[in-house]
Amino acid sequence: MIPEIGHFALIIALCMALVLGTLPLIGAARGLPRWMALARPVAQGIFVFVVIAYGSLTYAFITNDFSVLYAAEHSNSALPLIYRIAGVWGGHEGSLLLWILMLSIWMLAVTVFSRHLPEEMVARVLGVMGLVAVGFLSFILFTSDPFTRLLPAAPDGQDLNPLLQDPGLAMHPPMLYMGYVGFSVAFAFAIAALLSGKLDATWARWSRPWTTVAWAFLTCGIALGSWWSYYVLGWGGWWFWDPVENASFMPWLVGTALIHSLAVTEKRGSFKSWTVLLAIFAFSLSLLGTFLVRSGVLTSVHSFASDPQRGLFILIFLVIVVGSSLLLYAWRAPKVGLGGSFAMVSRESLLLANNVLFTVAAGTVLLGTLAPLIVDALASVGVVAQSDKISVGAPYFNTVFVPIMAFAIFFMGVGPMAKWKKDSVPELAVRLRWGAAVAVIVAIIMPFVLGHWSWLVSLGLLMAFWIIVAVFQSVRDRWVRTHGDRGFAERFASLPKSFVGMQLAHLGVAVFILGVTIIGGYEVGKDVRMDIGDTVEVGGYTFRFDGVMNTTGPNYDAQRGIITVLKDGRPIEELNPEKRVYRVQRQPTTEAAIDSGFFRHLFVALGEPLANGAWSVRVYYKPMVTWIWLGCLLMAVGGLIAISDRRYRILARKQRELLARGVGDAAAAPSREPVLTRAEVKS
Amino acid sequence: MWRFLGPLAVFAVLVGFFALGLKYADYHSDVPSPLIGKPAPQFALNEVQENRGTFASQDMRGTVWMLNVWATWCESCREEHQVLVDFSRQNVVPVIGLDYEELRGDAGIDRSELAKLSPAEELKLARQRATQWLSERGNPYTQTALDLDGSVGIDYGVYGVPETYIIDKSGIIRYKYIGPITVEALQDNILPVIRKLKG
Amino acid sequence: MRALFLALLMGLAWSQAATAKDAQPVMGDPVIQARVMHLAGELRCLVCQGESLAESRSDFAADMLAKIRSLVEQGKSDQEIKDYLVARYGDFILYRPPFSGITAFVWLTPVVLLLAGGSLFVINLRRRRAQVHTAPLSAEEEARIKNLLSESDSKA
Repeated sequence: MIPEIGHFALIIALCMALVLGTLPLIGAARGLPRWMALARPVAQGIFVFVVIAYGSLTYAFITNDFSVLYAAEHSNSALPLIYRIAGVWGGHEGSLLLWILMLSIWMLAVTVFSRHLPEEMVARVLGVMGLVAVGFLSFILFTSDPFTRLLPAAPDGQDLNPLLQDPGLAMHPPMLYMGYVGFSVAFAFAIAALLSGKLDATWARWSRPWTTVAWAFLTCGIALGSWWSYYVLGWGGWWFWDPVENASFMPWLVGTALIHSLAVTEKRGSFKSWTVLLAIFAFSLSLLGTFLVRSGVLTSVHSFASDPQRGLFILIFLVIVVGSSLLLYAWRAPKVGLGGSFAMVSRESLLLANNVLFTVAAGTVLLGTLAPLIVDALASVGVVAQSDKISVGAPYFNTVFVPIMAFAIFFMGVGPMAKWKKDSVPELAVRLRWGAAVAVIVAIIMPFVLGHWSWLVSLGLLMAFWIIVAVFQSVRDRWVRTHGDRGFAERFASLPKSFVGMQLAHLGVAVFILGVTIIGGYEVGKDVRMDIGDTVEVGGYTFRFDGVMNTTGPNYDAQRGIITVLKDGRPIEELNPEKRVYRVQRQPTTEAAIDSGFFRHLFVALGEPLANGAWSVRVYYKPMVTWIWLGCLLMAVGGLIAISDRRYRILARKQRELLARGVGDAAAAPSREPVLTRAEVKS
Repeated sequence: MWRFLGPLAVFAVLVGFFALGLKYADYHSDVPSPLIGKPAPQFALNEVQENRGTFASQDMRGTVWMLNVWATWCESCREEHQVLVDFSRQNVVPVIGLDYEELRGDAGIDRSELAKLSPAEELKLARQRATQWLSERGNPYTQTALDLDGSVGIDYGVYGVPETYIIDKSGIIRYKYIGPITVEALQDNILPVIRKLKG
Repeated sequence: MRALFLALLMGLAWSQAATAKDAQPVMGDPVIQARVMHLAGELRCLVCQGESLAESRSDFAADMLAKIRSLVEQGKSDQEIKDYLVARYGDFILYRPPFSGITAFVWLTPVVLLLAGGSLFVINLRRRRAQVHTAPLSAEEEARIKNLLSESDSKA
């Protein structure tokens, strides 16, 4: 009964989405206030029904209802409760339901936090999101219904994929989807702007917080995915350039370009058409990612279903959404204009360079991910030979991606220090010379201190410290301008949040680069045969093999290794790597054991049993690996701090008041071009 | 105005590739074999029946034959088994089985127990498992060779089971089929090749 | 790692008898191991299609590592080993696409993209300078701005 309620709720949601995707948009075009006013309540209604649907599926999992096919395929009565809840999104149909749940959460957020926006804009934004919802709800209802019944019901389920039975599953997909799907809001704002023809600094100020929050979630989601695969897959690698990883990374790259572009449009009114295009790209890449991992055109350790039928549906949806938005862009963008002018060397030009570099990077990743598909497609029509099938992996991506990013990072240091509209290279050089010198010296000397010198490590350190000194200098320059007579806390609080957020996020990038560089340069691993009592030394620690014993878990049997870690002769930790066989799927998994510390991880995994109770064991010393994810966290936090800036709240409040007083659109969308600098006034 | 259509144009090209990719979706997941048209690597391995000694690929010179790579632990092999049995009854070509990593490839076997077996013990156990499996499900193979450590498989570019090769009278590999053989695959892909080779 | 077991037997036949409990045993010669792992990083795991042989935990990867190890021990060079595997599995097993014909476009396009991006950047800036004129201020606007600026100056 409950699954049928869920199914029915989805149908109702689809009907409401059809209403949301049509009436408010027509209302906005024709100036019909009652049709526009439909947007908020209908969007909230969709939220309610999607929650009901999602709840019913979760209920089926929790109560072990194996008459629901999806539950029978992905759950089991012996599965621990947390994985029965999180496992709802462990398969294709359920993860789509999660997608639509996230979309409806974002829709709800827009209805609540948009009181200061003109009704016309709200109607358009929600309308566009409604259209996206129509697409996904149709996809679910027509091709991927999670509520399909299995009759007669299975006696028990096939269990969740053992690789997914991990806390990572509880955190990574929801965060990731919040980000991925959140770009639909930025997209909706962009389309709304194109439709209304009003594309200005005010529009940028409205859409910026939404975009930044989505970006922050996506940053966390990707970092969680990286951390999770680090201890579950392979031997402690943190990024594999897997097509599904790339599918989430591309929107992130474009999203980063977008938040920077929005900054310029908000402050200077420039880059308007660029910003709109980036918003379309970001969400298109999210949709593209959905297509790639579910259609079967690319395979990876992550792929869900490999179903060309479903793939066709998503492709058509992709063509409609992206095709029509790019058409709209081609039609309306020429009228938008270029905005203010700026010199060849200025903060705007540096940010434009940043935009270009990030977009090129995203394009490169897209190319590398799609290359095998493109070659196969060409082979299937006879343009190339079958045997030309190519593979593109980490070596390719690392070789092409890093240099592009290196340029971007150079600009990241210079950018915040450059003046808007016009600056000069000699002046910038003067401001940055001490910082640059420090960065170069540290980059040259530090590798010797860490162990051995390599130019790759040196380059990485140079990039990281370049950012750090630039951040330090920026903060110091700003600090000096705060009131010297006040206390430290007061002075800190007087720094604009958007400034603090930006510096923190950039610092996060530096931390990330430090982590990547040091673990890349100084990781040590050994693959050894160990008899009971044997020791091996890695990274200054001694690892002693104390045997393997058999244990059982709730739904698996395991062989559990006992490895004692010693430092300077004293035992500091016992690590228990396991080799598990999950009873239902009979799939063996290797569970690594990690001693995590802020400055290093000790990573141990069992290999194979050998004669006489000996085992092959892999032991790794991984320095600074935590900094990789810490850096990502700092980036996300920086983003969130930036949007907590007063000006969003004050202006929001002011606009609400203005709207309430009935001043209407005229107050909300000033036709004035942006702020002029002092230099111009005085001239 | 025209430059604003740029993104749309790029998108259209990409969609074209996706559509092609979807159309030929099964195609791409197979790794094409570079051994087509090259001599089949020679090997001599223990036969599954003890009294038959060894099977040598050289013995097949002069006939067109089918080499089917399988194992008792392979789930997908069960899907194709009936098709193979029916095919073998038609006596079109001899079907030779290559039992790939019978014990070492079975994830359900305790590794430490396996490590304790001597080569003779491993051979005996593999023979037992294979013979039992074949007697239960039917035996399509004229002969079955046991590739216990998978080294012959590597020579043939085997990366999964089941895989099937068609080898001609002079010992050249002419066709490789990856995955369980379906009736359609047999009719549309494999039989035409065999007919052409038999002349 | 069944075949690794075989390789180990071979290794043991060469090495000294296992020493006391505090010995530091290594899976064969560390130099050989390093070569094996280096090669493994350059080769694709065919049943994973995303991981290299070094990263994968699959049985196929284990078998391949054993084969590579035995080839290294036979004294084959890195190139010979790669050629050996490519002869059996095709170019696809190489993780880094070889620079030939069709794969050339894969390696060259990022460069092309970067150059295209760079030229778009320059063109855009030039067009901006040509087309955009900063609007001159009217006397009233100038006065307003002076007022606002002096207000904020007095607050500072």
